[in-house]
Amino acid sequence: MNKKWLSGPYLFWAISFIIIPLVMILYYGLTTKDGSITFENILQITTNTNVKALVLALLLSIVSTIICLILAYPLAMILNQLDVNQNSFIVLIFILPMWMNFLLRTLAWQTLLEKTGVINSVLTLLHLPTLNIINTPYAIVLGMVYNFLPFMVLPIYNILIKIDPNVINAAKDLGANSFLTFYKVILPLSWPGVISGITMVFVPSLTTFVISDLLGGSKILLIGNVIEQKFTQANNWNAGSGLSLVLMVFILLSMAILSKYDKDGEGLI
Amino acid sequence: MKKFLSKFYLTLIFILLYAPIATLIVLSFNASKTRAKWGGFTLKWYFELFQNDAILEALSNTLIIAFLSALIATVIGTAASIGINAMNRHLKTIFMSVTNIPMLNADIVTGISLMLLFIAFGVRFGFSTILLAHITFNIPYVILSVMPKLKQIDQNTYMAALDLGASPFYAFYKVIVPDILPGILSGFLLSFTMSLDDFIITHFTKGSGIDTLSTKIYAEVRKGIKPEMYALSTLLFVSVLFLLIAVNKVPKQRKES
Amino acid sequence: MSNNLIDLINITKSFDNQLVLDDLNLSVKENEFVTLLGPSGCGKSTTLGILGGFQQPDKGEVIFGGTNITNLPPNKRALNTVFQKYALFTHMSIAENIAFGLKIKGKSKQYIQDKIKYALKLVNLEGYENRMPNSLSGGQQQRIAIARAIVNEPKVLLLDEPLGALDLKLRQDMQYELIRLKNELGITFIYVTHDQEEALTMSDTIVVMNQGYIQQIGTPEDIYNEPQNAFVADFIGESNILPAIMLQDKLVKILDAKFPCVDTGFGINTPVDVVIRPEDIDLVKPEEGTIQGVVTHLIFKGVHYEMEVMANGHEWLVHSTDLFPVGTKVGIHVDPFDIQIMNKPASEDEEAVIINE
Repeated sequence: MNKKWLSGPYLFWAISFIIIPLVMILYYGLTTKDGSITFENILQITTNTNVKALVLALLLSIVSTIICLILAYPLAMILNQLDVNQNSFIVLIFILPMWMNFLLRTLAWQTLLEKTGVINSVLTLLHLPTLNIINTPYAIVLGMVYNFLPFMVLPIYNILIKIDPNVINAAKDLGANSFLTFYKVILPLSWPGVISGITMVFVPSLTTFVISDLLGGSKILLIGNVIEQKFTQANNWNAGSGLSLVLMVFILLSMAILSKYDKDGEGLI
Repeated sequence: MKKFLSKFYLTLIFILLYAPIATLIVLSFNASKTRAKWGGFTLKWYFELFQNDAILEALSNTLIIAFLSALIATVIGTAASIGINAMNRHLKTIFMSVTNIPMLNADIVTGISLMLLFIAFGVRFGFSTILLAHITFNIPYVILSVMPKLKQIDQNTYMAALDLGASPFYAFYKVIVPDILPGILSGFLLSFTMSLDDFIITHFTKGSGIDTLSTKIYAEVRKGIKPEMYALSTLLFVSVLFLLIAVNKVPKQRKES
Repeated sequence: MSNNLIDLINITKSFDNQLVLDDLNLSVKENEFVTLLGPSGCGKSTTLGILGGFQQPDKGEVIFGGTNITNLPPNKRALNTVFQKYALFTHMSIAENIAFGLKIKGKSKQYIQDKIKYALKLVNLEGYENRMPNSLSGGQQQRIAIARAIVNEPKVLLLDEPLGALDLKLRQDMQYELIRLKNELGITFIYVTHDQEEALTMSDTIVVMNQGYIQQIGTPEDIYNEPQNAFVADFIGESNILPAIMLQDKLVKILDAKFPCVDTGFGINTPVDVVIRPEDIDLVKPEEGTIQGVVTHLIFKGVHYEMEVMANGHEWLVHSTDLFPVGTKVGIHVDPFDIQIMNKPASEDEEAVIINE
């Protein structure tokens, strides 16, 4: 059986375009412009601006992840109870918005959230207080939830549809009411999907620079913005790489947690 | 009551997901140039769109890169899946871990790492660097779509084909491919969509002188988005919507007859 | 009020406009081993689902110990179920699985510990407390599923094709195990299967179902020896089912030959179906038989020979411990009490079902 060799091109590709580039970040992050080893780039994280940016990014991404989880779990449960034949239809509903550009979709929230925007016009019409969250961290959280919600829904949904209905019947049969059935059986069994979802929402939220750019009025700096500016404006690749290495600590941490709970990656797609 | 609540909740989420899209569609018919004001209904932007060479070029770049990267990723990824599936547990785990890296890693880190690679090896930034980057982040989507289908295949069917005199290639083509085809197709479509929707990785790997729709929109954010962009996105969205409805309708009718 | 433990009264249920159960009535007595037997899609699992409370009947009532429990949710019912493919909680240890129902009832730690020990002993899996379900074989998982149900001391245990996923040898062992369990526990078992041998081995009462209707209720002996229609005869064991004319009481004409039988009350010249089990046909010298034929096939089956005999235009299936080589001219003799007379199916619909089988 020489089928193994079919993955040869991929092996070459993965080494060239996944592994070596990561080594490059490590190299740039640990050296100065003239090539000598330093920890200076990594220590840049301790400057006042950068600590603030990292803490704010952590805060906003954690809040977004929690909101996504709260919104997505009941949603996945409702979707699971729909007709099984609609499986691909459900996935499509979440994939379809991606055909309208990510930047435009996010920008559209500006139109919706503006002082005289659609949402506020409706609120005024109903004699309700207006919502003034554009260019605040709240708008950034909204943008994160909006963009990354599908990545929380789909993994949970994918796990829920695999649970044998008889396992849930068995819990009821043994005397569990709806709450206990959920808490003792459904929730623990769906854990891999939840962890996948958390990772898939937390990492892009933590590292985004686009959403904060578009909805934060370019006054709010997240760690992603800082890194992006180091590359595109300051042309300081070493500092940018050093900060990326700090970011990767958080990413690696969540990847490690994920691989512990979802060994087969069954919750990913 | 419970049913009503479910429906109500689904509707709310649906509104959340599609409100921005509806907004963009409305804006594409807005005669006023600014987002903030409604200046009456017009089809002007749809006509002007086809005179705007810069946007049309960005569109063609976007589509060509999406198609090529999805195609190449599908070929490499499908072959890789079959190879990985034939490996022992240990090797399989290593390969799948590497595959998960671009999936789980932050786009900004992937983009930066590729940018540094291209700089270090003196590759000229442009069409080819975007293409290489897109293939890289698309392959995992293909592998993760095809692998589950491969796992479902009864190994004996391939053996049976060989036993009945088929050559390994013929057996593969006639027995394995039809079974994993849905996975290959969904991997391709997912890749195409991801490539189309990508901004961050393209942003770091494009260099100057070339634009995709995403990077063009990003450049316009400060100056104000040209309404032709709304018209173009509306056209893209609506055509995909109709395509999907058509694709979903066909197999259903076949089943009924 | 009846002294039945369970009464299903006029139960009707349909899915997607397809009638699964049509006006079904069934009673179960305390301490009975009742088996619902039938091909897939006959409604047997739906009946069990309605008993367990997982499905609601469209019409009809479920009476349990004199109380109407039709609308009672499953977690309030004094029944427990052993599910198809076990349905163990894979994220819990064996002990946690078994303790699940007891913890919900708020039993003391000591009580739960004792019950786990007792249940594992009962299913011959002592010492498996800390194992995880996925590390167990199919047969072991099955025993745990039973242990998990019986620790709750249900009045009735519902079993939904519990042995379906096991191999033949294990299935046979588990059949004896289940009979032993039932005798030790002294509770009612309602068992669903499509395996007629399983049903014959274990049951006190067999309910044969097809297309949402009960075809026959009786002891295994009744069902086997006196099937009430061609479906039951065909589904339970092998048999020769032939169209015939009941000429008068105790005389039936099969394939133009007159056979004496023991049945009365069918009237004169009435079309009927007859069932003759292959082991009830005696092969004799041609001149001694009621009809004559030639052996066309012969297979050695271990306990007996299986032969086919061509006689009067019909292939008769015969089981015999005596060997008659292919080509031998033989006579067919059937003792009168071995001929089972059945009414023709009432509707064309039912007839179609039999032909399809």
